Amino acid sequence: MTGFAPTSVVVRLDAVDKTYQSGAIAVQALRAITLEIPADRFSVVIGASGSGKTTLLNLIGCIDRPNRGAIEVCGENVATLTDNALTDFRARNVGFIFQNFSLVPVLSAYENVEYPLLLVGMPLVERRRRTLAMLEAVGLAAQARQRPNELSGGQKQRIAIARALVKEPQIVLADEPTANLDSATGASIIELMRRVQAESRTSFIFATHDPQVMAHADEIFAIRDGELTEHRTVAPV
Amino acid sequence: MNLLFKIAWRNIVRNRRRSLMTASAIGAGALAMLLFAGYTNFIFTGLETGYVQRDGHLTVFRSGYFLYGAGNAAAYGIDDYLGVMRLITEDPALQPLIAVISPTQALVGIAANYSADTAASRTFIGVGLMPSDRDRMRRWDEYGTADVYPPDARLSDADPNRGLIGTGLARILGLCSALGLTNCPPAPAGSPAVPAAGSAAAVNSDITALARRELGDAASAAAAHSTLMPQIDLLAATVGGAPNVVSLNVSGALAIGAKELDDAYIIMHLALAQQLVYGRNEQEVTAIMVQLHRTEQLAAARARLNALFQQHHLDLEVRDFAELTPYYGQVIRLFSGIFLFISLVMGMIVLFAVVNTMTMNVMERTNEIGTIRAMGVRRVRIRLQFIVEGVLIGAIGATIGAILAILIGDLTNHFGFTWVPPGNTAPIPLRLVVLGRPWLIVEAWLGLVLVAAIAALIPANRAARLAVVDALRHV
Repeated sequence: MTGFAPTSVVVRLDAVDKTYQSGAIAVQALRAITLEIPADRFSVVIGASGSGKTTLLNLIGCIDRPNRGAIEVCGENVATLTDNALTDFRARNVGFIFQNFSLVPVLSAYENVEYPLLLVGMPLVERRRRTLAMLEAVGLAAQARQRPNELSGGQKQRIAIARALVKEPQIVLADEPTANLDSATGASIIELMRRVQAESRTSFIFATHDPQVMAHADEIFAIRDGELTEHRTVAPV
Repeated sequence: MNLLFKIAWRNIVRNRRRSLMTASAIGAGALAMLLFAGYTNFIFTGLETGYVQRDGHLTVFRSGYFLYGAGNAAAYGIDDYLGVMRLITEDPALQPLIAVISPTQALVGIAANYSADTAASRTFIGVGLMPSDRDRMRRWDEYGTADVYPPDARLSDADPNRGLIGTGLARILGLCSALGLTNCPPAPAGSPAVPAAGSAAAVNSDITALARRELGDAASAAAAHSTLMPQIDLLAATVGGAPNVVSLNVSGALAIGAKELDDAYIIMHLALAQQLVYGRNEQEVTAIMVQLHRTEQLAAARARLNALFQQHHLDLEVRDFAELTPYYGQVIRLFSGIFLFISLVMGMIVLFAVVNTMTMNVMERTNEIGTIRAMGVRRVRIRLQFIVEGVLIGAIGATIGAILAILIGDLTNHFGFTWVPPGNTAPIPLRLVVLGRPWLIVEAWLGLVLVAAIAALIPANRAARLAVVDALRHV
């Protein structure tokens, strides 16, 4: 945790580089990224396709490792953690919302939402209470027994949001969460996320180029060609 | 753990066509293995039953007989064999194990028939035994697969002059029509077997005269009784080396699979065999056969017999039926080798079927693997997830195969098919002993499930090693 100031910051990146190997060619996705993302905010990472938004989210979400630099997430220097420790860290602290929903197709809506709680070993009664409450919060209590293939795109994304939030993580990462939805559904999803974020005081970090999402942002981080070009606080803390 | 099985089962159902094809391949493997194992089991138990019915589980010899006695059986006789049998039957450890104990005398000599229309002789291999003991021994059927033998009325404890001969020997000695044998034409006219009044008649009268002198009144009484049975003369050397002759009333013929034995075999009453071998000397036997209630008691009974003989300073050795009949071990090894080969082939088919299916499952679910890894599922759980799926498919296939094998085995047994095994001349019922050996089913089932688990390990490891970001990027 060297080099970080003790402030209410949920994510700190210090001179982070990330290079991918694409065949014989090395592609530098991120270059010397240094940033701090404040806690309990609705932060948005914007940029064109291929600018490095998803790579940045992957590093923050601890599903990828930097080639260089330090990353602190929720006060933990995640670069030093073993694979199992990193996995357990994600299970406790990080929720993901994906562009293509990524629900487990053989599990019902209820079971999909309950899944993260099983991973942290929560007792059955508490698990059931939280799962039902979360389904209620996203307005899908009636669809609890349905499988993902029986749900609409918007309903799937609501289930994905419920799944990401049910364990009450410190961070929720959402990569283009509205890209596969029509604008009306997208707007309702953003509204929902904004509401649950405000209620849960969870830090939301989005990667998007959807103007609807940007319109709700508290913090905006702009990336171009792997470099952080701008950090703007839109709404005061 | 519950979630692992739930996800595994639902994925199997979700890909039901693919799962069914894989389970079918495993089921076919289980079916082939179990049916062949049922068949080999039948062969093994059939052979064992045959040998145990004939010779018992254990045979007590005088030391050295097993290796050297065939050249001079009489020289290796067990004296006071009745005392030895009493010692065995009265032993409290052996008593509950023994079903039948019976003395037997092996002998070799020349069998001759010089009646009015025949002049033939042949060296014979004979065995003398107690007819009632033979009947009791032939009832042994531990596995429920043997033919039911009624008491053989052709031999009798009360008539020591009766005996049975091989069908080949009956043919050679010109007894086919006298014994009512079919497929046994008489020797053509002018053949050496038909006497031409002269030298053969002279030999005939010599042997017959010797027989009358040796047997005296007993022979006359037996001859009177056997007016309906053909009679042959048996010539052998006594234990002292002198020639000896007895008459045997042939009460029937036996079909024996091996021609060389069929052409030479004689079963007779123990008393007649002893009379031929020992004459008026002390009566001995070459062996004491011990038939147990169950084969699994063999090792314990053998150990106890050895201890008993050692304790009483008796110069005796014990051999089991497998040692006495090397053919039994050869058949076991041959069929076990074929079974191993079939099992390996089936195992390979199962291995490739499961690897193929699970690889497709991993490829199709790469994005799902990335998602749940991101959510906090460890690599080991991903690995376990796909192994559980492989195991479940293996278990379903093996169960289907086992059920089919039991049904087909029962149907086959029900229809009463017959076959002629090597060494037999008559067809016997063909049975597939599948359900009768539950451990066989359990072992085959576990073996196939284990192969499925090993096969699933390969794609499961691939799934577990996937980088989360690569898996999430997979479309």
